[in-house]
Amino acid sequence: MSQRIDVKDLNIFYGDFKAVADVQIAVEPRSVTAFIGPSGCGKSTFLRTLNRMHEVIPGAYVEGTVAMDGVDLYAADVDPVAVRRQVGMVFQRPNPFPTMSIAENVLAGVRLNNKRISKGDAQDLVEQSLQGANLWNEVKDRLDRPGSGLSGGQQQRLCIARAIAVKPQVLLMDEPCSALDPISTLAIEDLIAELKSQYTIVIVTHNMQQAARVSDRTAFFNLAGVGQAGRLVEVDDTATIFSAPHEQATEDYISGRFG
Amino acid sequence: MTTTTATPSSGAPSGLREILTNTDPRRRRTDRTMKVLIYAAFAIAMIPLVSVLWTVVSKGIGHLNSYFLLHSMRGVFGGMDAGGIYHAIIGTLLITLWATVISVPIGLMVAVYLVEYGRGRLARAVTFFVDVMTGIPSIVAGLFAYALFALFFGPGVRMGIAGSVALSVLMIPVVVRSSEEMLRLVPNELREAALALAVPKWLVTVRVVLRTAVAGIVTGITIAVARIIGETAPLLVTVGVADSINYNMVDGRMMTLPVYIYRQFQQGLVPCSPTATNCVPTINFDRAWSAALVLIIIVMLLNLVGRLITRLFAPKSR
Repeated sequence: MSQRIDVKDLNIFYGDFKAVADVQIAVEPRSVTAFIGPSGCGKSTFLRTLNRMHEVIPGAYVEGTVAMDGVDLYAADVDPVAVRRQVGMVFQRPNPFPTMSIAENVLAGVRLNNKRISKGDAQDLVEQSLQGANLWNEVKDRLDRPGSGLSGGQQQRLCIARAIAVKPQVLLMDEPCSALDPISTLAIEDLIAELKSQYTIVIVTHNMQQAARVSDRTAFFNLAGVGQAGRLVEVDDTATIFSAPHEQATEDYISGRFG
Repeated sequence: MTTTTATPSSGAPSGLREILTNTDPRRRRTDRTMKVLIYAAFAIAMIPLVSVLWTVVSKGIGHLNSYFLLHSMRGVFGGMDAGGIYHAIIGTLLITLWATVISVPIGLMVAVYLVEYGRGRLARAVTFFVDVMTGIPSIVAGLFAYALFALFFGPGVRMGIAGSVALSVLMIPVVVRSSEEMLRLVPNELREAALALAVPKWLVTVRVVLRTAVAGIVTGITIAVARIIGETAPLLVTVGVADSINYNMVDGRMMTLPVYIYRQFQQGLVPCSPTATNCVPTINFDRAWSAALVLIIIVMLLNLVGRLITRLFAPKSR
Protein backbone atom coordinates (compact mmCIF):
# COMPACT_ATOMS: atom_id res chain seq x y z
CA MET A 1 0.00 0.00 0.00
CA SER A 2 2.12 2.83 1.25
CA GLN A 3 5.13 3.60 -0.79
CA ARG A 4 8.69 4.60 -0.49
CA ILE A 5 9.79 8.07 -1.53
CA ASP A 6 13.27 8.62 -2.93
CA VAL A 7 14.55 12.15 -3.27
CA LYS A 8 17.66 12.76 -5.36
CA ASP A 9 19.64 15.99 -5.87
CA LEU A 10 16.65 18.16 -5.10
CA ASN A 11 17.09 21.92 -5.35
CA ILE A 12 14.13 24.07 -4.43
CA PHE A 13 13.68 27.64 -5.67
CA TYR A 14 11.46 30.62 -5.02
CA GLY A 15 12.05 32.56 -8.22
CA ASP A 16 15.76 33.36 -8.23
CA PHE A 17 16.25 32.39 -4.60
CA LYS A 18 17.52 28.89 -3.93
CA ALA A 19 15.80 27.93 -0.69
CA VAL A 20 16.95 24.34 -0.26
CA ALA A 21 19.94 22.66 -1.91
CA ASP A 22 21.03 19.10 -2.70
CA VAL A 23 18.60 17.05 -0.70
CA GLN A 24 19.08 13.28 -0.82
CA ILE A 25 16.72 11.32 1.36
CA ALA A 26 14.72 8.12 1.33
CA VAL A 27 11.42 8.06 3.21
CA GLU A 28 10.57 4.52 4.27
CA PRO A 29 7.01 3.22 3.89
CA ARG A 30 4.82 2.76 6.96
CA SER A 31 7.07 4.74 9.20
CA VAL A 32 7.21 8.21 10.64
CA THR A 33 9.97 10.48 9.42
CA ALA A 34 10.48 13.72 11.33
CA PHE A 35 12.14 16.85 9.94
CA ILE A 36 13.77 19.07 12.53
CA GLY A 37 15.89 22.20 12.24
CA PRO A 38 15.93 25.92 12.96
CA SER A 39 13.33 28.28 11.45
CA GLY A 40 13.90 29.15 7.82
CA CYS A 41 16.06 26.10 7.06
CA GLY A 42 13.59 24.80 4.47
CA LYS A 43 11.90 21.91 6.28
CA SER A 44 8.41 23.03 5.37
CA THR A 45 9.48 24.04 1.88
CA PHE A 46 10.93 20.59 1.32
CA LEU A 47 7.83 18.94 2.77
CA ARG A 48 5.65 20.84 0.31
CA THR A 49 7.67 19.57 -2.65
CA LEU A 50 6.65 16.01 -1.74
CA ASN A 51 3.08 16.58 -2.91
CA ARG A 52 3.79 19.37 -5.37
CA MET A 53 2.21 22.03 -3.17
CA HIS A 54 5.41 24.04 -3.48
CA GLU A 55 4.67 25.09 -7.04
CA VAL A 56 1.35 26.63 -5.97
CA ILE A 57 3.38 29.67 -4.94
CA PRO A 58 4.03 31.92 -7.97
CA GLY A 59 7.58 31.61 -9.25
CA ALA A 60 8.38 28.51 -7.21
CA TYR A 61 9.95 25.48 -8.87
CA VAL A 62 12.29 22.54 -8.19
CA GLU A 63 15.19 20.73 -9.86
CA GLY A 64 15.97 17.10 -9.26
CA THR A 65 13.74 14.10 -8.71
CA VAL A 66 11.20 13.03 -6.13
CA ALA A 67 10.37 9.42 -6.93
CA MET A 68 7.49 7.54 -5.39
CA ASP A 69 7.89 3.82 -6.02
CA GLY A 70 10.21 4.64 -8.90
CA VAL A 71 7.90 7.17 -10.57
CA ASP A 72 9.23 10.72 -10.67
CA LEU A 73 6.51 13.01 -9.31
CA TYR A 74 7.96 15.88 -11.32
CA ALA A 75 7.93 14.08 -14.68
CA ALA A 76 6.29 16.14 -17.42
CA ASP A 77 3.28 13.83 -17.80
CA VAL A 78 2.51 13.61 -14.07
CA ASP A 79 -0.62 15.46 -12.97
CA PRO A 80 -0.03 17.40 -9.73
CA VAL A 81 -3.66 16.84 -8.73
CA ALA A 82 -3.15 13.07 -8.98
CA VAL A 83 0.01 13.37 -6.89
CA ARG A 84 -1.93 15.16 -4.16
CA ARG A 85 -4.50 12.38 -4.17
CA GLN A 86 -1.68 10.00 -3.20
CA VAL A 87 0.11 12.36 -0.86
CA GLY A 88 -2.17 14.16 1.59
CA MET A 89 -1.24 17.11 3.77
CA VAL A 90 -2.10 18.56 7.17
CA PHE A 91 -1.15 22.17 7.80
CA GLN A 92 0.31 24.08 10.69
CA ARG A 93 -2.87 25.90 11.55
CA PRO A 94 -6.13 23.97 11.55
CA ASN A 95 -8.04 25.12 8.47
CA PRO A 96 -11.48 23.54 8.22
CA PHE A 97 -13.68 25.07 5.54
CA PRO A 98 -15.78 27.70 7.36
CA THR A 99 -18.77 27.25 5.05
CA MET A 100 -19.05 23.53 5.69
CA SER A 101 -20.32 21.31 8.50
CA ILE A 102 -18.12 18.70 10.18
CA ALA A 103 -19.37 15.94 7.90
CA GLU A 104 -19.04 18.13 4.81
CA ASN A 105 -15.47 18.94 5.80
CA VAL A 106 -14.61 15.26 5.94
CA LEU A 107 -16.25 14.72 2.56
CA ALA A 108 -14.62 17.81 1.05
CA GLY A 109 -12.08 15.84 -0.99
CA VAL A 110 -14.94 13.96 -2.64
CA ARG A 111 -17.57 16.68 -2.87
CA LEU A 112 -15.30 19.49 -4.06
CA ASN A 113 -14.25 17.26 -6.92
CA ASN A 114 -17.92 17.05 -7.95
CA LYS A 115 -17.79 13.29 -7.50
CA ARG A 116 -21.02 11.50 -6.79
CA ILE A 117 -21.21 9.42 -3.66
CA SER A 118 -24.24 7.61 -2.29
CA LYS A 119 -25.62 8.69 1.05
CA GLY A 120 -24.70 5.41 2.71
CA ASP A 121 -21.15 5.47 1.35
CA ALA A 122 -20.80 9.08 2.47
CA GLN A 123 -21.92 8.21 6.01
CA ASP A 124 -19.52 5.27 6.11
CA LEU A 125 -16.64 7.41 4.86
CA VAL A 126 -17.38 10.12 7.42
CA GLU A 127 -17.53 7.64 10.30
CA GLN A 128 -14.48 5.71 9.15
CA SER A 129 -12.37 8.84 8.64
CA LEU A 130 -13.43 10.47 11.90
CA GLN A 131 -12.73 7.25 13.76
CA GLY A 132 -9.37 7.10 12.03
CA ALA A 133 -8.67 10.57 13.40
CA ASN A 134 -9.95 9.69 16.92
CA LEU A 135 -12.63 12.33 16.64
CA TRP A 136 -15.76 10.27 16.05
CA ASN A 137 -16.87 9.94 19.67
CA GLU A 138 -16.56 13.67 20.27
CA VAL A 139 -18.52 14.84 17.23
CA LYS A 140 -20.86 12.00 16.24
CA ASP A 141 -23.89 13.85 17.63
CA ARG A 142 -23.17 17.11 15.85
CA LEU A 143 -21.94 16.16 12.40
CA ASP A 144 -24.08 18.85 10.81
CA ARG A 145 -22.64 21.67 12.93
CA PRO A 146 -19.97 23.97 11.46
CA GLY A 147 -16.43 22.62 11.63
CA SER A 148 -15.11 25.96 12.82
CA GLY A 149 -17.09 25.60 16.07
CA LEU A 150 -14.72 22.88 17.31
CA SER A 151 -11.74 23.49 19.56
CA GLY A 152 -8.30 23.92 17.97
CA GLY A 153 -7.22 20.35 18.69
CA GLN A 154 -10.50 18.95 17.40
CA GLN A 155 -10.22 21.11 14.28
CA GLN A 156 -6.76 19.73 13.62
CA ARG A 157 -8.02 16.17 13.98
CA LEU A 158 -10.89 17.11 11.66
CA CYS A 159 -8.27 18.23 9.13
CA ILE A 160 -6.50 14.88 9.52
CA ALA A 161 -9.82 13.06 9.02
CA ARG A 162 -10.39 15.19 5.92
CA ALA A 163 -6.94 14.28 4.60
CA ILE A 164 -7.30 10.53 5.17
CA ALA A 165 -10.81 10.49 3.67
CA VAL A 166 -9.13 10.91 0.28
CA LYS A 167 -7.26 7.63 1.06
CA PRO A 168 -3.72 8.79 0.34
CA GLN A 169 -0.59 6.64 0.62
CA VAL A 170 1.48 9.28 2.30
CA LEU A 171 0.50 11.89 4.87
CA LEU A 172 2.55 15.07 5.22
CA MET A 173 2.20 17.08 8.43
CA ASP A 174 3.59 20.58 8.67
CA GLU A 175 4.01 21.32 12.40
CA PRO A 176 0.55 19.90 13.14
CA CYS A 177 0.75 20.58 16.88
CA SER A 178 2.37 24.00 17.02
CA ALA A 179 -0.98 25.75 17.53
CA LEU A 180 -2.30 23.23 20.06
CA ASP A 181 -2.22 22.74 23.82
CA PRO A 182 -0.35 19.76 25.36
CA ILE A 183 -3.44 17.57 25.69
CA SER A 184 -4.45 18.04 22.06
CA THR A 185 -0.81 17.52 21.10
CA LEU A 186 -0.82 14.19 22.92
CA ALA A 187 -4.01 13.20 21.09
CA ILE A 188 -2.41 13.98 17.73
CA GLU A 189 0.79 12.14 18.65
CA ASP A 190 -1.19 9.03 19.63
CA LEU A 191 -3.02 9.33 16.36
CA ILE A 192 0.25 9.50 14.41
CA ALA A 193 1.40 6.31 16.11
CA GLU A 194 -1.81 4.59 15.00
CA LEU A 195 -1.79 5.99 11.49
CA LYS A 196 1.70 4.77 10.69
CA SER A 197 0.46 1.21 10.37
CA GLN A 198 -1.36 2.30 7.22
CA TYR A 199 0.35 5.41 5.97
CA THR A 200 3.80 6.73 5.35
CA ILE A 201 4.02 9.83 7.52
CA VAL A 202 6.37 12.77 7.23
CA ILE A 203 6.15 15.36 9.99
CA VAL A 204 7.85 18.72 10.39
CA THR A 205 8.24 19.75 14.01
CA HIS A 206 10.01 22.34 16.13
CA ASN A 207 9.51 20.22 19.19
CA MET A 208 12.44 17.82 19.55
CA GLN A 209 10.75 15.77 22.24
CA GLN A 210 7.93 15.29 19.80
CA ALA A 211 10.32 14.13 17.08
CA ALA A 212 11.90 11.72 19.55
CA ARG A 213 8.50 10.44 20.68
CA VAL A 214 6.72 9.88 17.39
CA SER A 215 9.29 9.28 14.66
CA ASP A 216 11.26 6.27 13.49
CA ARG A 217 13.72 8.30 11.50
CA THR A 218 14.75 11.91 11.92
CA ALA A 219 16.26 14.30 9.39
CA PHE A 220 18.07 17.41 10.54
CA PHE A 221 18.06 20.47 8.27
CA ASN A 222 20.24 23.51 8.77
CA LEU A 223 21.23 26.65 6.94
CA ALA A 224 24.66 28.21 6.88
CA GLY A 225 23.42 31.79 7.16
CA VAL A 226 20.71 34.26 6.28
CA GLY A 227 19.98 34.32 2.54
CA GLN A 228 21.69 31.00 1.95
CA ALA A 229 20.10 27.74 0.95
CA GLY A 230 19.05 25.27 3.62
CA ARG A 231 20.61 21.81 3.52
CA LEU A 232 19.90 18.39 4.85
CA VAL A 233 22.65 17.79 7.40
CA GLU A 234 21.94 14.18 8.27
CA VAL A 235 19.20 11.63 8.42
CA ASP A 236 19.27 8.50 10.55
CA ASP A 237 17.24 6.42 12.97
CA THR A 238 15.71 8.69 15.57
CA ALA A 239 17.49 6.88 18.38
CA THR A 240 20.85 7.45 16.70
CA ILE A 241 20.17 11.12 15.96
CA PHE A 242 19.24 11.84 19.54
CA SER A 243 21.97 9.74 21.19
CA ALA A 244 24.97 9.66 18.89
CA PRO A 245 24.62 11.91 15.84
CA HIS A 246 27.44 11.89 13.30
CA GLU A 247 27.52 15.62 12.73
CA GLN A 248 28.58 18.17 15.31
CA ALA A 249 25.86 20.59 14.09
CA THR A 250 23.15 18.04 14.83
CA GLU A 251 24.43 17.47 18.31
CA ASP A 252 24.65 21.19 18.96
CA TYR A 253 21.09 21.69 17.78
CA ILE A 254 19.44 18.87 19.71
CA SER A 255 21.33 19.72 22.88
CA GLY A 256 20.08 23.28 22.55
CA ARG A 257 23.40 24.95 21.97
CA PHE A 258 21.99 26.97 19.07
CA GLY A 259 18.79 27.47 17.13
CA MET B 1 12.94 68.84 46.64
CA THR B 2 10.70 65.80 46.86
CA THR B 3 11.92 62.28 46.56
CA THR B 4 9.65 59.48 45.54
CA THR B 5 10.16 56.24 47.31
CA ALA B 6 9.97 53.18 45.12
CA THR B 7 9.47 50.65 47.84
CA PRO B 8 5.86 49.49 47.86
CA SER B 9 5.71 49.07 51.64
CA SER B 10 6.51 52.58 52.75
CA GLY B 11 4.43 55.59 51.77
CA ALA B 12 3.54 54.16 48.37
CA PRO B 13 -0.28 54.26 48.54
CA SER B 14 -0.65 58.04 48.28
CA GLY B 15 2.22 58.36 45.80
CA LEU B 16 0.83 55.59 43.64
CA ARG B 17 -2.59 57.20 43.64
CA GLU B 18 -0.92 60.39 42.45
CA ILE B 19 0.86 58.55 39.64
CA LEU B 20 -2.19 56.59 38.51
CA THR B 21 -4.66 59.49 38.47
CA ASN B 22 -2.76 62.60 37.50
CA THR B 23 -0.51 61.63 34.63
CA ASP B 24 -0.81 63.28 31.28
CA PRO B 25 -3.71 65.73 31.64
CA ARG B 26 -2.86 66.92 28.15
CA ARG B 27 -3.68 63.57 26.63
CA ARG B 28 -7.05 63.61 28.35
CA ARG B 29 -7.83 67.06 27.00
CA THR B 30 -6.87 65.94 23.49
CA ASP B 31 -9.00 62.84 23.87
CA ARG B 32 -12.01 64.92 24.87
CA THR B 33 -11.53 67.41 22.05
CA MET B 34 -11.18 64.69 19.43
CA LYS B 35 -14.27 62.95 20.75
CA VAL B 36 -16.31 66.12 20.36
CA LEU B 37 -14.91 66.69 16.86
CA ILE B 38 -15.74 63.15 15.74
CA TYR B 39 -19.29 63.30 17.05
CA ALA B 40 -19.71 66.69 15.37
CA ALA B 41 -18.45 65.29 12.06
CA PHE B 42 -20.90 62.43 12.38
CA ALA B 43 -23.76 64.82 13.06
CA ILE B 44 -22.82 67.01 10.09
CA ALA B 45 -22.67 63.94 7.85
CA MET B 46 -26.12 62.91 9.01
CA ILE B 47 -27.76 66.30 8.26
CA PRO B 48 -27.98 65.94 4.46
CA LEU B 49 -28.94 62.28 4.75
CA VAL B 50 -31.82 62.90 7.14
CA SER B 51 -32.82 66.05 5.29
CA VAL B 52 -33.01 64.26 1.92
CA LEU B 53 -34.98 61.40 3.41
CA TRP B 54 -37.36 63.76 5.18
CA THR B 55 -37.93 65.93 2.11
CA VAL B 56 -38.60 62.97 -0.18
CA VAL B 57 -40.89 61.22 2.27
CA SER B 58 -42.87 64.32 3.24
CA LYS B 59 -43.33 65.51 -0.34
CA GLY B 60 -43.77 62.10 -1.93
CA ILE B 61 -46.02 60.25 0.49
CA GLY B 62 -49.12 62.32 -0.35
CA HIS B 63 -49.41 61.25 -3.97
CA LEU B 64 -48.30 57.66 -3.38
CA ASN B 65 -51.18 55.20 -3.79
CA SER B 66 -51.96 52.01 -5.62
CA TYR B 67 -53.42 53.90 -8.59
CA PHE B 68 -50.12 55.77 -8.97
CA LEU B 69 -48.13 52.53 -8.76
CA LEU B 70 -50.27 50.54 -11.18
CA HIS B 71 -50.92 53.00 -14.04
CA SER B 72 -48.80 54.44 -16.81
CA MET B 73 -48.86 57.97 -18.21
CA ARG B 74 -50.70 56.93 -21.35
CA GLY B 75 -53.27 59.56 -22.34
CA VAL B 76 -52.45 61.80 -19.42
CA PHE B 77 -52.02 65.48 -20.20
CA GLY B 78 -52.20 68.91 -18.66
CA GLY B 79 -53.01 69.06 -14.99
CA MET B 80 -55.09 65.86 -14.92
CA ASP B 81 -55.03 64.21 -11.54
CA ALA B 82 -54.15 60.85 -13.10
CA GLY B 83 -51.21 58.90 -14.38
CA GLY B 84 -48.64 56.82 -12.60
CA ILE B 85 -45.27 55.18 -12.70
CA TYR B 86 -46.04 51.55 -13.52
CA HIS B 87 -44.27 51.83 -16.87
CA ALA B 88 -41.25 53.48 -15.23
CA ILE B 89 -41.00 50.83 -12.50
CA ILE B 90 -41.12 48.08 -15.13
CA GLY B 91 -38.48 49.88 -17.22
CA THR B 92 -36.14 50.48 -14.28
CA LEU B 93 -36.43 46.90 -13.03
CA LEU B 94 -35.94 45.32 -16.47
CA ILE B 95 -33.05 47.56 -17.51
CA THR B 96 -31.30 47.18 -14.14
CA LEU B 97 -31.86 43.43 -14.17
CA TRP B 98 -30.28 43.08 -17.61
CA ALA B 99 -27.42 45.39 -16.66
CA THR B 100 -26.78 43.11 -13.66
CA VAL B 101 -27.02 39.99 -15.84
CA ILE B 102 -24.37 41.46 -18.15
CA SER B 103 -22.09 42.92 -15.47
CA VAL B 104 -21.95 40.24 -12.78
CA PRO B 105 -20.47 37.39 -14.86
CA ILE B 106 -17.96 39.69 -16.58
CA GLY B 107 -17.03 41.52 -13.38
CA LEU B 108 -16.75 38.34 -11.35
CA MET B 109 -14.58 36.62 -13.94
CA VAL B 110 -12.28 39.63 -14.17
CA ALA B 111 -11.97 39.63 -10.37
CA VAL B 112 -11.21 35.88 -10.34
CA TYR B 113 -8.59 36.45 -13.02
CA LEU B 114 -6.97 39.27 -11.05
CA VAL B 115 -6.90 37.41 -7.74
CA GLU B 116 -6.35 33.78 -8.74
CA TYR B 117 -4.48 33.88 -12.04
CA GLY B 118 -3.30 37.35 -13.00
CA ARG B 119 0.44 37.99 -12.80
CA GLY B 120 2.70 40.63 -14.25
CA ARG B 121 1.97 43.14 -16.94
CA LEU B 122 -1.45 41.96 -18.14
CA ALA B 123 -2.90 41.93 -14.62
CA ARG B 124 -1.53 45.40 -13.95
CA ALA B 125 -3.00 46.64 -17.23
CA VAL B 126 -6.41 45.16 -16.36
CA THR B 127 -6.33 46.79 -12.93
CA PHE B 128 -5.40 50.11 -14.50
CA PHE B 129 -8.21 50.01 -17.04
CA VAL B 130 -10.74 48.98 -14.41
CA ASP B 131 -9.66 52.05 -12.45
CA VAL B 132 -10.07 54.18 -15.56
CA MET B 133 -13.51 52.70 -16.16
CA THR B 134 -14.55 53.62 -12.61
CA GLY B 135 -14.03 57.26 -13.52
CA ILE B 136 -16.02 57.27 -16.77
CA PRO B 137 -18.76 59.93 -16.62
CA SER B 138 -22.14 58.24 -16.97
CA ILE B 139 -23.16 60.33 -19.99
CA VAL B 140 -20.07 59.06 -21.81
CA ALA B 141 -21.12 55.49 -21.07
CA GLY B 142 -24.54 56.36 -22.50
CA LEU B 143 -23.07 57.84 -25.65
CA PHE B 144 -20.83 54.78 -26.02
CA ALA B 145 -23.78 52.39 -25.82
CA TYR B 146 -25.79 54.58 -28.19
CA ALA B 147 -22.94 54.66 -30.72
CA LEU B 148 -22.53 50.89 -30.43
CA PHE B 149 -26.21 50.19 -31.09
CA ALA B 150 -26.41 52.86 -33.79
CA LEU B 151 -23.77 50.88 -35.70
CA PHE B 152 -26.14 47.93 -35.96
CA PHE B 153 -29.59 49.52 -35.91
CA GLY B 154 -28.95 52.90 -37.50
CA PRO B 155 -28.99 56.35 -35.96
CA GLY B 156 -31.78 57.30 -33.58
CA VAL B 157 -32.03 53.80 -32.15
CA ARG B 158 -33.75 53.57 -28.75
CA MET B 159 -34.12 50.30 -26.87
CA GLY B 160 -33.97 49.01 -23.33
CA ILE B 161 -31.01 46.69 -23.85
CA ALA B 162 -28.87 49.62 -25.02
CA GLY B 163 -29.57 51.24 -21.66
CA SER B 164 -28.55 48.02 -19.93
CA VAL B 165 -25.27 48.01 -21.85
CA ALA B 166 -24.65 51.65 -20.90
CA LEU B 167 -25.33 50.89 -17.23
CA SER B 168 -23.17 47.77 -17.27
CA VAL B 169 -20.24 49.90 -18.45
CA LEU B 170 -20.69 51.79 -15.18
CA MET B 171 -21.40 48.69 -13.13
CA ILE B 172 -18.60 46.33 -14.24
CA PRO B 173 -15.74 48.25 -12.59
CA VAL B 174 -17.67 48.47 -9.31
CA VAL B 175 -18.36 44.72 -9.38
CA VAL B 176 -14.72 43.97 -10.26
CA ARG B 177 -13.38 46.16 -7.48
CA SER B 178 -15.66 44.89 -4.72
CA SER B 179 -15.41 41.22 -5.75
CA GLU B 180 -11.63 41.52 -5.96
CA GLU B 181 -11.51 42.82 -2.39
CA MET B 182 -13.74 39.99 -1.20
CA LEU B 183 -11.74 37.28 -3.00
CA ARG B 184 -8.52 38.62 -1.53
CA LEU B 185 -10.05 38.29 1.94
CA VAL B 186 -10.40 34.52 1.51
CA PRO B 187 -7.51 33.04 3.53
CA ASN B 188 -4.86 31.39 1.41
CA GLU B 189 -4.94 28.47 3.82
CA LEU B 190 -8.33 27.45 2.50
CA ARG B 191 -7.04 27.36 -1.07
CA GLU B 192 -4.07 25.27 0.04
CA ALA B 193 -6.27 22.98 2.11
CA ALA B 194 -8.45 22.27 -0.91
CA LEU B 195 -5.50 21.89 -3.29
CA ALA B 196 -3.90 19.41 -0.87
CA LEU B 197 -7.13 17.38 -1.02
CA ALA B 198 -6.42 16.84 -4.73
CA VAL B 199 -9.01 19.34 -5.92
CA PRO B 200 -8.13 20.97 -9.28
CA LYS B 201 -7.54 24.70 -9.18
CA TRP B 202 -10.69 25.70 -11.07
CA LEU B 203 -12.82 23.73 -8.63
CA VAL B 204 -10.96 25.27 -5.70
CA THR B 205 -11.82 28.67 -7.16
CA VAL B 206 -15.48 27.85 -7.74
CA ARG B 207 -16.30 25.65 -4.77
CA VAL B 208 -14.07 27.12 -2.06
CA VAL B 209 -12.96 30.66 -2.92
CA LEU B 210 -16.19 31.94 -4.49
CA ARG B 211 -18.30 29.99 -2.00
CA THR B 212 -16.46 31.49 0.96
CA ALA B 213 -16.62 35.00 -0.48
CA VAL B 214 -20.18 34.87 -1.80
CA ALA B 215 -21.65 36.88 1.08
CA GLY B 216 -19.30 39.79 0.44
CA ILE B 217 -19.71 39.52 -3.32
CA VAL B 218 -23.49 39.80 -3.01
CA THR B 219 -23.08 42.91 -0.85
CA GLY B 220 -20.80 44.39 -3.52
CA ILE B 221 -23.31 43.63 -6.26
CA THR B 222 -26.09 45.25 -4.23
CA ILE B 223 -24.00 48.38 -3.87
CA ALA B 224 -23.24 48.36 -7.59
CA VAL B 225 -26.95 48.03 -8.41
CA ALA B 226 -27.79 50.88 -6.05
CA ARG B 227 -25.11 52.92 -7.82
CA ILE B 228 -26.63 52.49 -11.30
CA ILE B 229 -30.35 52.32 -10.58
CA GLY B 230 -30.51 56.10 -10.19
CA GLU B 231 -28.60 56.90 -13.40
CA THR B 232 -30.49 59.31 -15.64
CA ALA B 233 -28.28 60.70 -18.38
CA PRO B 234 -27.20 57.44 -20.08
CA LEU B 235 -30.80 56.20 -20.13
CA LEU B 236 -32.03 59.46 -21.61
CA VAL B 237 -29.60 58.95 -24.49
CA THR B 238 -30.10 55.24 -25.07
CA VAL B 239 -33.63 54.36 -23.99
CA GLY B 240 -35.39 57.69 -24.29
CA VAL B 241 -38.74 58.61 -22.86
CA ALA B 242 -42.10 56.84 -23.05
CA ASP B 243 -45.58 57.32 -21.66
CA SER B 244 -46.82 53.77 -22.07
CA ILE B 245 -45.80 50.36 -20.84
CA ASN B 246 -43.11 48.54 -22.85
CA TYR B 247 -41.88 45.14 -21.71
CA ASN B 248 -39.76 44.58 -24.82
CA MET B 249 -36.09 45.22 -24.16
CA VAL B 250 -35.10 45.13 -27.83
CA ASP B 251 -37.83 47.26 -29.32
CA GLY B 252 -38.57 50.88 -28.73
CA ARG B 253 -38.38 53.41 -25.94
CA MET B 254 -38.97 52.61 -22.30
CA MET B 255 -39.53 54.79 -19.27
CA THR B 256 -37.37 54.53 -16.20
CA LEU B 257 -37.87 56.08 -12.76
CA PRO B 258 -34.94 58.56 -12.86
CA VAL B 259 -35.90 59.75 -16.36
CA TYR B 260 -39.54 59.94 -15.26
CA ILE B 261 -38.59 62.12 -12.29
CA TYR B 262 -36.50 64.34 -14.55
CA ARG B 263 -39.31 64.69 -17.09
CA GLN B 264 -41.98 65.48 -14.55
CA PHE B 265 -39.81 68.03 -12.85
CA GLN B 266 -38.92 69.62 -16.18
CA GLN B 267 -42.57 70.07 -17.11
CA GLY B 268 -43.10 72.09 -13.96
CA LEU B 269 -46.25 73.90 -12.88
CA VAL B 270 -49.38 73.45 -14.93
CA PRO B 271 -51.26 76.65 -15.79
CA CYS B 272 -54.82 75.70 -14.85
CA SER B 273 -57.67 77.77 -16.10
CA PRO B 274 -59.90 78.96 -13.22
CA THR B 275 -62.86 77.03 -14.59
CA ALA B 276 -61.08 73.72 -14.96
CA THR B 277 -62.40 70.97 -12.66
CA ASN B 278 -59.81 68.26 -13.05
CA CYS B 279 -56.60 70.26 -12.84
CA VAL B 280 -53.91 70.25 -10.18
CA PRO B 281 -51.23 72.90 -10.81
CA THR B 282 -48.49 71.04 -8.90
CA ILE B 283 -49.32 67.58 -10.26
CA ASN B 284 -45.97 67.18 -12.07
CA PHE B 285 -44.00 67.97 -8.92
CA ASP B 286 -46.17 65.62 -6.89
CA ARG B 287 -45.54 62.79 -9.33
CA ALA B 288 -41.79 63.50 -9.36
CA TRP B 289 -41.49 63.39 -5.57
CA SER B 290 -43.56 60.24 -5.28
CA ALA B 291 -41.51 58.55 -7.98
CA ALA B 292 -38.34 59.55 -6.11
CA LEU B 293 -39.74 57.99 -2.96
CA VAL B 294 -40.53 54.78 -4.85
CA LEU B 295 -36.98 54.73 -6.25
CA ILE B 296 -35.55 55.00 -2.74
CA ILE B 297 -37.87 52.25 -1.52
CA ILE B 298 -36.77 49.96 -4.38
CA VAL B 299 -33.10 50.51 -3.51
CA MET B 300 -33.90 49.81 0.13
CA LEU B 301 -35.72 46.59 -0.73
CA LEU B 302 -32.78 45.49 -2.88
CA ASN B 303 -30.47 46.12 0.05
CA LEU B 304 -32.70 44.04 2.29
CA VAL B 305 -32.68 41.17 -0.20
CA GLY B 306 -28.89 41.47 -0.40
CA ARG B 307 -28.63 41.35 3.38
CA LEU B 308 -30.83 38.26 3.45
CA ILE B 309 -28.69 36.45 0.89
CA THR B 310 -25.56 37.51 2.76
CA ARG B 311 -26.90 36.08 5.99
CA LEU B 312 -27.91 32.87 4.24
CA PHE B 313 -24.43 32.24 2.84
CA ALA B 314 -22.24 33.69 5.58
CA PRO B 315 -19.80 31.25 7.23
CA LYS B 316 -21.21 30.07 10.54
CA SER B 317 -19.17 29.20 13.59
CA ARG B 318 -21.64 27.40 15.87
